[in-house]
Amino acid sequence: MNTYSPKTTGSPGPTEETLDIRDLGFWLYLMTDAIIFSLLFATYVVMFQNTATGPLPIEVFDIKHVFGETVFLLFSSVTFGFASLASVREHKSQAVFWLIVTIVLGLGFISLEVVEFVGMIQSGAGPQTSGFLTAFFTLVGTHGAHVSLGMIGILVMIFQILIKGLTSPVKSRLHRLGMFWHFLDIVWIGIFSIVYMPGWLI
Amino acid sequence: MHPQSHSAKRLITGFILALALTLIPFAAVWTMAFPVELTFGIIALCALVQVGVHLHYFLGIDSRTPIENVLAMSFAGVLIFLMVGGTLWIMFDLYERMM
Amino acid sequence: MRSQQAMALNNDGYLAPEHFDQVFSSHGTIMIFFMAMPFLTGLINIVVPQQIGARDVAFPFMNSISLWLTAAGAALVMVSLVIGKFSTAGWTGYPPYSGAEYSPGVGVDYWIWALLVSGVGSTMTGINFVVTIIKCRAPKMRLMQMPLFTWTTLCTSLLMAFAFPALTVVAAMLGLDRILGFHFFTNDSGGNMMNYANLIWIWGHPEVYILILPAFGVFSEVVATFSQKRLFGYKSLVYATAVITVLSFSVWLHHFFTMGSSPNVNAVFGIVTMIIAVPTGVKIFDWVFTMYKGRIIFHPAMLFTIGFLVTFVLGGVSGVLLAIPPADFLMHNSTFLVAHFHNVLIPGAVFGYFAGFQYWFPKATGFKLDEKWGARSFWFWIIGFYLAFMPLYALGFMGMSRRMERYDVAEWQPFLIVAAVGALSVLIGIVCQGMQLYVSIRDREKNRDITGDPYNGRTLEWQTASPPAEYNFAKIPDIQDIDAFWDMKQRGVAYAPAKEYEDIHLPRNTGIGVFLGGLGFLIGFAVTWYIWWLVALGFLGVLACLITRSSQDHTYQIILQPKSRPMKRLVSRHWRKRNQHRGISGHEHIQP
Repeated sequence: MNTYSPKTTGSPGPTEETLDIRDLGFWLYLMTDAIIFSLLFATYVVMFQNTATGPLPIEVFDIKHVFGETVFLLFSSVTFGFASLASVREHKSQAVFWLIVTIVLGLGFISLEVVEFVGMIQSGAGPQTSGFLTAFFTLVGTHGAHVSLGMIGILVMIFQILIKGLTSPVKSRLHRLGMFWHFLDIVWIGIFSIVYMPGWLI
Repeated sequence: MHPQSHSAKRLITGFILALALTLIPFAAVWTMAFPVELTFGIIALCALVQVGVHLHYFLGIDSRTPIENVLAMSFAGVLIFLMVGGTLWIMFDLYERMM
Repeated sequence: MRSQQAMALNNDGYLAPEHFDQVFSSHGTIMIFFMAMPFLTGLINIVVPQQIGARDVAFPFMNSISLWLTAAGAALVMVSLVIGKFSTAGWTGYPPYSGAEYSPGVGVDYWIWALLVSGVGSTMTGINFVVTIIKCRAPKMRLMQMPLFTWTTLCTSLLMAFAFPALTVVAAMLGLDRILGFHFFTNDSGGNMMNYANLIWIWGHPEVYILILPAFGVFSEVVATFSQKRLFGYKSLVYATAVITVLSFSVWLHHFFTMGSSPNVNAVFGIVTMIIAVPTGVKIFDWVFTMYKGRIIFHPAMLFTIGFLVTFVLGGVSGVLLAIPPADFLMHNSTFLVAHFHNVLIPGAVFGYFAGFQYWFPKATGFKLDEKWGARSFWFWIIGFYLAFMPLYALGFMGMSRRMERYDVAEWQPFLIVAAVGALSVLIGIVCQGMQLYVSIRDREKNRDITGDPYNGRTLEWQTASPPAEYNFAKIPDIQDIDAFWDMKQRGVAYAPAKEYEDIHLPRNTGIGVFLGGLGFLIGFAVTWYIWWLVALGFLGVLACLITRSSQDHTYQIILQPKSRPMKRLVSRHWRKRNQHRGISGHEHIQP
């Protein structure tokens, strides 16, 4: 009964239904990522007093710096929102424009973070110094790595929009990337509220 | 995809709220205007509200969101509560016993 | 392992301590990650899409990545036998012993990367099947009409998706400690090794239920089919499964009662542990009541199920005993514990997979397994199991701790010899399974399953041909009952051909999954040996694969149905043949 090999035709794109399915799958992925981050947060809280011979949180955190990072990320979130809006309304050039703005803001965030990290490591407060700094670098670094991946994603999407146009698979990918980007901003709220601010207060 | 969630007005409202909820705790920490306990309360409250703002205005979670997504989020919320709460309880209990 | 301990009274036995350590570490790792996990995932892959009337899983490409990542993880363990050596730190790899200071060399690194690579695969499998079950069911199937195996798969998938991130985190942290000199779990500089035990068991306890829930699903299907009755207490089984899913995330501390938590903490986790036994007990009663007054057919799958019911209760009861913290203090790390977890995992998980293997084999291959050899293998397994593990309970009370490669207590030896005999019997059981496979393949023409429904089954997977077509169902079935296929047979519509067929969307084949698996292996291997340029290259390769894939729009193909005459004729011929076989007049249902 399996000798008959069915005829297949050309290759259609995914249907609306399959795109809907992918949204749910991506959403579940975000939830698993949220678990990863929450365990990193928990580990940080467990370890932030373990400064050993290294510096205290208040000695290494710079409030102005963190405020700058926060502003960059928040603005990039809203500019990505505008890019999504443009894609829903089929404005190709607007979508590309807002994506470029987003990527510039993202670069601003990442460069601030790199400056912060390099400064800390050079002043002897690297991740090998104490349990507190280990947990700090892992948590904040994981977030930074996610943001960098997100920027690569934005770059890919810019090219896809330019080459393929705003087809329905491209739009759905952009939608999911947007979910990822907004999610990272939510994680950042946790980082400045749980990592940096208590660091200045205690 | 939820076209309703994509309106410029909604984005800007969300942005203003989020900005305010960021500025308040930063200002509180910067100026040290309040006692430490109160500042902690402000930080926690603003963070929680801001997470809600982001979910609603940027990620478009509202009553029209498919039920599966909401359930997945609630399940993750319960698990995060169990895992983080449990970890902190267990580990700080151990710290106390080692004092 | 058992024979080592049988002989090792007052001498070194035949394995050096170092080697014995590697053996028990790789035994645990291989059994959990590369025997049990792939076995259950395989069963799920074969059965679930058919049970819910779907043509494929939600994310076939991701499925292939999961498969190849698991293969990559297994390959890392295998390679460690040849190049370098494997971890000696046990399957849970507790620091500080597993840290760089006390375990230099590559063993633990191999272990970490095998876990990381296959763990990512498991997370993706979990996400995949949650979405498949929620979104791809036949349109008329309600959640409360899903077969029980599908339900347990849904819960297992949730557990996989949400628990494996914890493993990823903890393994990555240990890796950072070892490779970059971080201080998560070190002795000095503010590390905290107790957090390791905490984090790994946040994953570890749900993992136990990941292994066991699908087996519960198998038992539910098997017991209903071979008792020829509807499953007793369908709803209570569903709710029990859901309760276990949530509670399994709240009992992890019982793996380290002796770490020094205060009585309040231990008491709370002890009580929750006892509570989680309740839904499991509910299930046992449901299965027993399903058999009650049923016409039981003693197929090997049913034998394994009955063996499970009896044996698992013993393991469960010893677990409740261990859930009492003061009792746990006495038995912690003794062979009592070893006996307990083998007593739940072998009947609970392994027998379940065997039952599933016996039960669904014809569906996957098109011919039935030889029942005589299946029964023989069952009897050797069950007798061997009791001989091998019951003495360990006694030895635990006598004070023998686990993982001993030598000892000097003469009273222990008789028990260990009995245990070794048991292990031998299990080995014969495994040989019988090999024989069963050989005999069945030899006689495959005689045992061919031409109906697609060899056991008068109740759920939808028996409606398809054996083995099923690439698209499973030519027409998505119309579901009106829990035992959908049974109900259709009762109404006489099970084999009626549809008037109209629609085009079928199927994923196209792609080789990127293989590349990603290969790259995962490469990265793991390179990090283990500190070959940084290869690591960088590996990650670049992964990125390239992902970008390529994410730029492909045309990942589907269509099988044209309505106008393709040969297909339609083929389908009706198939139906007619099946109906004749079942003694139903072929004309009754088939429209000309």
